[in-house]
Amino acid sequence: MTDASTCFHCGLPVPKGSRYAVEIDGESREMCCPGCQAVAQAIVDNGLTDYYRYRTEQSPMARQLVPEALKNLELYDRDDIQKSFVSGRGDIREASLILEGIVCAACIWLSEHHIMQLPGVLSFSVNYATHRAQVKWDQSQISLSQILKAISDIGYLAHPLDANRQEAVYKREKSAALRRLAIAGVGAMQVMMIAVALYASAAHGMDANLKLFLRWVSLFIATPVIVYAAKPFFIGLWRDLKLRRLGMDVPVALAIGAAFSASAWATITRHGEIYFDSVTMFTFFLLAGRFLEMSARHRAGQAAEELVKLIPAMATRVNADNQQEVIPVSELQPDDIVLIKPGESVPADGISLGGISSVDESLLTGESIPITKLEGDQLIGGSVNIESSLHMRVQHVGQDTVLASIQRLLDRAQSEKPRLAELADRVAGYFVAVLLVFAVAVGVYWWQVQPHEAFWIVISVLVVTCPCALSLATPVALTAATGRLTRDGILTTRGHALETLARVTDVVFDKTGTLTRGKLMLEQVQLLAETDETTCLQVAMALERHSEHPLAKAILAYNTELEALRAEQVQATPGQGLRGIVAGETYFIGNPDFIAQSLNLSLEQSHDQTTVMLANSQQVLAVFSFSDQLRSGVVEAIAGLKQKGCRVHLFSGDRQAVVRRTAQEIGIDHAVGEMTPADKLAQLHALQEGGAVVAMVGDGVNDAPVLAGAQVSLAMGSGTQIAQASADMVLLSEDLGQLVDAIQAARMTRRIIRENLTWAVVYNLIALPLAAAGWVAPWMAAIGMSVSSLAVVINALRLTRRHHQPAKTNSLLPALKTG
Amino acid sequence: MTILYMLIPLGLVLLGVAVWAFMWAVRSGQFDDLEGPAHRILMDDDDPRIPGNKPKDKSALPGEKE
Repeated sequence: MTDASTCFHCGLPVPKGSRYAVEIDGESREMCCPGCQAVAQAIVDNGLTDYYRYRTEQSPMARQLVPEALKNLELYDRDDIQKSFVSGRGDIREASLILEGIVCAACIWLSEHHIMQLPGVLSFSVNYATHRAQVKWDQSQISLSQILKAISDIGYLAHPLDANRQEAVYKREKSAALRRLAIAGVGAMQVMMIAVALYASAAHGMDANLKLFLRWVSLFIATPVIVYAAKPFFIGLWRDLKLRRLGMDVPVALAIGAAFSASAWATITRHGEIYFDSVTMFTFFLLAGRFLEMSARHRAGQAAEELVKLIPAMATRVNADNQQEVIPVSELQPDDIVLIKPGESVPADGISLGGISSVDESLLTGESIPITKLEGDQLIGGSVNIESSLHMRVQHVGQDTVLASIQRLLDRAQSEKPRLAELADRVAGYFVAVLLVFAVAVGVYWWQVQPHEAFWIVISVLVVTCPCALSLATPVALTAATGRLTRDGILTTRGHALETLARVTDVVFDKTGTLTRGKLMLEQVQLLAETDETTCLQVAMALERHSEHPLAKAILAYNTELEALRAEQVQATPGQGLRGIVAGETYFIGNPDFIAQSLNLSLEQSHDQTTVMLANSQQVLAVFSFSDQLRSGVVEAIAGLKQKGCRVHLFSGDRQAVVRRTAQEIGIDHAVGEMTPADKLAQLHALQEGGAVVAMVGDGVNDAPVLAGAQVSLAMGSGTQIAQASADMVLLSEDLGQLVDAIQAARMTRRIIRENLTWAVVYNLIALPLAAAGWVAPWMAAIGMSVSSLAVVINALRLTRRHHQPAKTNSLLPALKTG
Repeated sequence: MTILYMLIPLGLVLLGVAVWAFMWAVRSGQFDDLEGPAHRILMDDDDPRIPGNKPKDKSALPGEKE
């Protein structure tokens, strides 16, 4: 189960000689860092150990809140800041929170129990599907900051959420769709039951009065199904007519409308056949498909809202008289000067005025290494300041910021209808046009031959050729496949994704964050002088303890057992390196440029790896090389793709040598490094011109144009929001092996769609001439229509079967997992 | 078969009740989260170590030393 060398809490590798451990259920478990240890200890101390037994996914690595950040939480208690997200005045207050770090249902149990036991918390409920929490508390007993702190104690991060309109719209849409679905489902079942009796009466005979009664009951039940549940189709018909085009709603609404009116007419006039069973069942199936489609769309939409949390709620403004004042971000104006302390987020877009620091823009760009910002450099709202305090002149606030524009982009990407789906709509439109012309022609012919039979023959033609099977063929297969993939952790956000994925010939990967974890680990220590590794590491660690840079953290994490040395008079050059005195001697540590400058040396730069050098005042002592860890299962995934006949490429912005080495390691033949996003796009177009259908897998903002340019694109679940927005599918599980499954599922979906379409066309070709000749009694038409639709649905349901075991997890009770 | 004239309307009334119950469930938010509650039932809420959960009957918990 749990590998001895991985952290029991978060599953990341435990550094050599870690001294962090927590006793859980009588067994000592290793932890990777003090953060995880503290969280695990808090969970055990509160008697919530069951969490570890029932969780189905690894917890995210725990981040310890520094005292600074804890103090910031207290600002959430101020009334002027609470104004934007807290409802209820007086002592009883309520707020919505976004919870970060929820990975499985056990997380919900854990957080609800932990928070509910706090005195003064009146209610706390977490929605697993949306990762939103509702909290209600008594202000006189507990403050919001205490609740937020308690949440961070057990390893989650909570951000207050503006109770905004989008969420409310989603909720209304969903509940309306559910009601329609329920009415259609219940109605269809009842009508079907009565229909069975009526069909039997054709064979055995039935009292005429009872028959009439049953027909009226069917009409009574079917009416709300058509009037209420099928309303979206009629609205669609009306919209299409106004725009003078023939969409998919036109045949559907016409079929429902015609069959229902004819049946109602037959019931009232006591002459003719009724089709209430077929109509209601058809409505129900179509509504079910649309409901699932809507759920997937909503889930993708929530990603956009999570961007909100990147912007902090307050900022420190420096006033004209040099006074610092904490104000809500919404009150910031352009040209205000703000102070951004280390660890804080940049509150708006602006220009750095002074101070040198590194800024982590990974949430926006996917770049894992912080970027050094000098005076005059542009700062983007939402990025995190890491090393030292910065002053910034605000340029853009609110809707004018980069983050806001990304959010708008996301909204647009989600509302766009994929081209392919529109094409399918147009084809269906022509089909309907031809059908209507044909029905009119048949009607005119029979009007002259046998006027009193003409109406019923036209109805037979309309019902028997009702494009139900045809219009269900594709959506029902896509719905089934999408549902199965979502359960496996692959979210499909665009309708065409599966169809295109089935035709993929080339798969292009980005490196950092996609094939690798995007997190640097110290890999090798190369000695350049008469010294030993332990000493070098000890000196390096003593110095790096004073730095917040991720490379410093990687060095500290390498070996936590080494005896600590103390560094004195440490001076940092942000983004470059550190100098300090350890055991009486001056040392320098930093990037090669920094060392070259400090020692007045000219150093040969190593280009194929990220390195940090350690030097004393005379010479370079050691070179630390870092590398990014590959994700697990990458090699298998690449091999699987090749086996499926896909060519695999690696396009990366990283240095050529690093890219080559990675490519060799995992078996990719075609790898190119040092590419700008424009280069990537050009290469992609070159591939496409050669006739390739390309799937792109990426994670960063720099990948976004390439993701949009590929025929089908997949983003990693941990990737940037913008990447997820421009991608057609999101790999929530981050297991690249799922990509192979997705292609397999897509190909099977394509086969099933073809089978369905063939069946629908063959059925129509046989039934149409028979109906036009007047040989098909309306009840036969109704049965034919139901059977043809059912055949299509049952065929599509084959897609929901799983063909593989879900990914391994560290759950102690894997049998309880529901996937 | 005249009993059908009564039973079917009765069935319709029950149908109405079922639909009303469903609408109520939708309105009261029972369909907001379809996954969480399925797991929640498996979690052990009675662990005496959870603060606020006092073992009510100590004799029922042999081996409990406190």
